[in-house]
Amino acid sequence: MMLRRLQYEMAGYAGPALLRFQEWQRLRSRKGKKSKSGAQASPFGPPLECVGKLKELMSLHYLQGRYADGAVPVAWVTSGFPIEILRPLGFHAVYPENHAAMCGVVRMVPKLSDAAEKEGYARDLCSYARSDLGCCILNTTPAGRLPKPDLLCCCTNICQTVLYWYKALAERFNVPLVLIDTPFVYGEAKPHHVAYVRSQLEELVKVAERVSGRRMDLDKLKDVVTRSKEGARLWGECLATAQAKPAPWTGIDGFFHMGPIVALRGSEECNAYYRMLRDELKDRLSRGIGGIVNEKHRLLWDNLPMWFAVRELSTLLAERGFNFACTSYTNAWAEAGIQIDPADPFGSGASSYMHIILNQDLGNRLGILTRLTRDYSCDGAVLHSDRSCKPYSVGQVDLKERLMKEMGIKVMMLESDHNDPRAWASEPGANRLTAFMESFA
Amino acid sequence: MSVAALGIDVGSTTCKAVAVDEKGRILARRVEAADPRIEKQSQRMLEELRVAAGAAVPVGATGYGRKRVAADHSLTEITCHARGAFALTNSPGVLVDIGGQDTKVIHIGGSGEVLDFSMNDKCAAGTGRFLETILGRLHVPLDEAAEYVARAARPVMVSSTCTVFAESEVISMVASGEPLEGIVKGLHMALASRVSSLIRNRSEGDVFMSGGVALNAAMVAALSEALEKNIRVLPDAQFVGALGAALSVR
Repeated sequence: MMLRRLQYEMAGYAGPALLRFQEWQRLRSRKGKKSKSGAQASPFGPPLECVGKLKELMSLHYLQGRYADGAVPVAWVTSGFPIEILRPLGFHAVYPENHAAMCGVVRMVPKLSDAAEKEGYARDLCSYARSDLGCCILNTTPAGRLPKPDLLCCCTNICQTVLYWYKALAERFNVPLVLIDTPFVYGEAKPHHVAYVRSQLEELVKVAERVSGRRMDLDKLKDVVTRSKEGARLWGECLATAQAKPAPWTGIDGFFHMGPIVALRGSEECNAYYRMLRDELKDRLSRGIGGIVNEKHRLLWDNLPMWFAVRELSTLLAERGFNFACTSYTNAWAEAGIQIDPADPFGSGASSYMHIILNQDLGNRLGILTRLTRDYSCDGAVLHSDRSCKPYSVGQVDLKERLMKEMGIKVMMLESDHNDPRAWASEPGANRLTAFMESFA
Repeated sequence: MSVAALGIDVGSTTCKAVAVDEKGRILARRVEAADPRIEKQSQRMLEELRVAAGAAVPVGATGYGRKRVAADHSLTEITCHARGAFALTNSPGVLVDIGGQDTKVIHIGGSGEVLDFSMNDKCAAGTGRFLETILGRLHVPLDEAAEYVARAARPVMVSSTCTVFAESEVISMVASGEPLEGIVKGLHMALASRVSSLIRNRSEGDVFMSGGVALNAAMVAALSEALEKNIRVLPDAQFVGALGAALSVR
């Protein structure tokens, strides 16, 4: 226990230096090598300088995670789980969805999914779940090592799949599972629904105290909630810089930069990072530097990204002067968190975690999309019909019709998957996007 | 009348090329089964039209193989079909283009612009290949399909829209002694039902049809029945994409 704790703390202290050394070695080995793209001009603006810091921050999180089990209590949590309650109790949080996205980017998913399918999980199951279960089955991860959980925490505000996915994990690891059940919000959340979720958050405290062997410190909880709220505000500020023309970054950049607000929410490291990012984006604004070189059209992206093909898509678009100025997915992390109130962590936490986009009815979702279209001056939208994320994809045919009619913009639906490249037909997909872009001429 | 531009549509099943005059009228046309050696085939077809033109003229390309064509400009088949159709009709409406491996439904605005479009997704259900494969299995020549449909006493319903499953379904129907005519009619109805689902809320205004399948009168009738409205088959139905490509460089 003492040794594990020492290793965990050391990873935190010495990690940054180690990671910087690794990055230095990587850059050194690349020196003198000719760039693959040769003389062809990039359609993108200069890369964000703080990308290096982002890499370091997320790598450090996973590096520390390698030594977390046995040193500190470890919880595996869904992206929309009220993590603020676990942080004061010293939990190291692992986000299987964030980790699965990493597997998607490095194109490991077909192998992982095959392993899950062999155990009887259907290919129709969410590709995040298949990626995560595949990692458990094959005992593999691109992160080096994931710490074993002491507690599993899932919240149904993003989907119902997480409940069954986490039940499978609970059986595998033989650890307690906490479920926060969030009633679906039609219009506004009803007071008794908020009270119901609040009571579950209070119940969570008891379980988390038992697992961690610590007592909840309400002052610490307020501090975490304050930081979490500030983090959401800062993230919102970063996103809002893209309301300017040209947008100083791309929506695709946003997908990668959301790592800290998902996985490190409530920590000072998260907020420090977003201050740095915001300052850089504002500096780009003042100097007229765009995320793409020649921004002619601005699009809204709805749903999760296709992690395995983000570069392919953004390049196809950027070459023709199209930029995703905003995405409903990255925006979701700025909207819900700011509603949380440090003076009432449980009540406001219950309400804010119920009001995330995926737990709201179609009318609310349409409201969000029309607002984003207006605020970010979008002249088109791409609705990603994501085979794996049914709650996000249901209703998009109607959303498309309404956006076209009410906002007078061009909208297309693109069928794919957020993590499984086997659901993406690259040539026909690119052809449709090209036809869509041609229709703006 | 002199040739002002050439257009070529390299599709999955056939390759079409046209020569147009200054007013966009088709002066000459060529159609061949698609050859996987796209560069060679397209070059030869264009050369034939170029000889007739007698002068160097610009070339527009479209279709899946457009990137392999030595052309001055290339555009997707969605844009080209919309341009070609608008040049032929001069009116807004919905264009249904059923080709060998894809079906396009394009909503065309008052200036010939693409307002919206949808296509069959990833599989050949609802395309010309669906009919071609299954009729081939039944030994019914494509150009006789309409006669079979006309002779059918009643349609035999084919429930599968997947080409592969429909084929096995049809084989079991044949084994149960169902008449070929009824099966062929059922196939047309299944295809029409699949295509009409793509048109969702786009049935206002005129509906035009293009593509190789538009040459099949029984298919036009089945789709017309499914949509409950008359369908206007465009002249030179197979060449609408190639025409649009030529117009884009004229």
